[in-house]
Amino acid sequence: MRNNIYIYIFVMAAVTYLIRALPLTLIRRQITNPFVKSFLYYVPYATLAAMTFPAILFSTSGILSAAAGFGTALVLAYREKSLLTVACCACVVVFAVELAEKMIA
Amino acid sequence: MLQADRKVGNEKMEMSVDDEEWRRGMKDGIPICLGYFAVAFAFGIQAEAVGLTAFQASLMSVTNLTSAGQFAALGMISAGGSYAEMALAQLVVNLRYCLMSCALSQKIKEDGAAAHRFGVAYGVTDEIFGISVCRPGELNPFYSYGLMTVAIPGWTLGTTAGVVSGNLLPQSVISALGIAIYGMFLAVIIPAAKGERSVLGVVVCAMLVSVMFRVIPALGAISSGFQVILITVIVSAAAAVLMPVGEEGGEPGETAAEKEAGNLAE
Repeated sequence: MRNNIYIYIFVMAAVTYLIRALPLTLIRRQITNPFVKSFLYYVPYATLAAMTFPAILFSTSGILSAAAGFGTALVLAYREKSLLTVACCACVVVFAVELAEKMIA
Repeated sequence: MLQADRKVGNEKMEMSVDDEEWRRGMKDGIPICLGYFAVAFAFGIQAEAVGLTAFQASLMSVTNLTSAGQFAALGMISAGGSYAEMALAQLVVNLRYCLMSCALSQKIKEDGAAAHRFGVAYGVTDEIFGISVCRPGELNPFYSYGLMTVAIPGWTLGTTAGVVSGNLLPQSVISALGIAIYGMFLAVIIPAAKGERSVLGVVVCAMLVSVMFRVIPALGAISSGFQVILITVIVSAAAAVLMPVGEEGGEPGETAAEKEAGNLAE
């Protein structure tokens, strides 16, 4: 028997929303425990760093263009450019490098 | 009388602050939108291959808003898995959102309207969370709403476009857009790492451990969503023990909030 696609979607949405909403609505107070406080302070940086590297190297169709985009983003981020500038410049560099690769090949 | 006037003035000011935060969120959301469009496009192509219509795939995107979870779901749907299996798969793949929501719960005003917490929860994705939580000071829910206003259509319409026409965009453009989200992440973590040694340590360690997970075959078997949880917990816990956030070196938002409370008391 083939399951109903809409029930699948509903189950997925319900589970995913509960995971997101429960901690946000249940933890209303400021946490005072120094360990938990420090832990939660570092969570976003650890998460974003883990998700970015090495995944960024495989985010385009070739590792060379990805590395060029990565380098561009690193330099611009270090100079504290805006999110939009960093992201767009990385995209443009990837596009240019891949174009150059095609022309050479 | 005077007090009433002041109250009205405060409310007006607050409204314009909300408005400003919303606009700012929309601007910061543009790279998320671009990155989402590219990833959602790929998702749409795969959803079409599994047999979903454009409407079904887009509905899934707008209600779920989770890349890893949705890709995992496609596999389950084509294999005809049970609803319970689907629920469990989503729980495991998306459990990292729980960690993110815990961190966010500390950023939202304690006495703010509870409804905003339900609203902000809907938009807890890797990207929207990452940008929201790194805003200095308390998080205004309208900033998150601004991010969502731009990012969610990118995710949903990207899905639609992927199903309807896999070759709507040239491959070179899709490839270039693929890096947008990571560029944005770097724009968040690098300036913070530059300013604080402890954050720099966390960033470098998390990246190294992440590489380890890629390189060691036994660890590679763990789903990517769960890998992120493990790495986050290990590195953040180690950092919390070795470099606890001090009173004075703590979150900038705290001092700002304290000042505000002090002003109000006067």
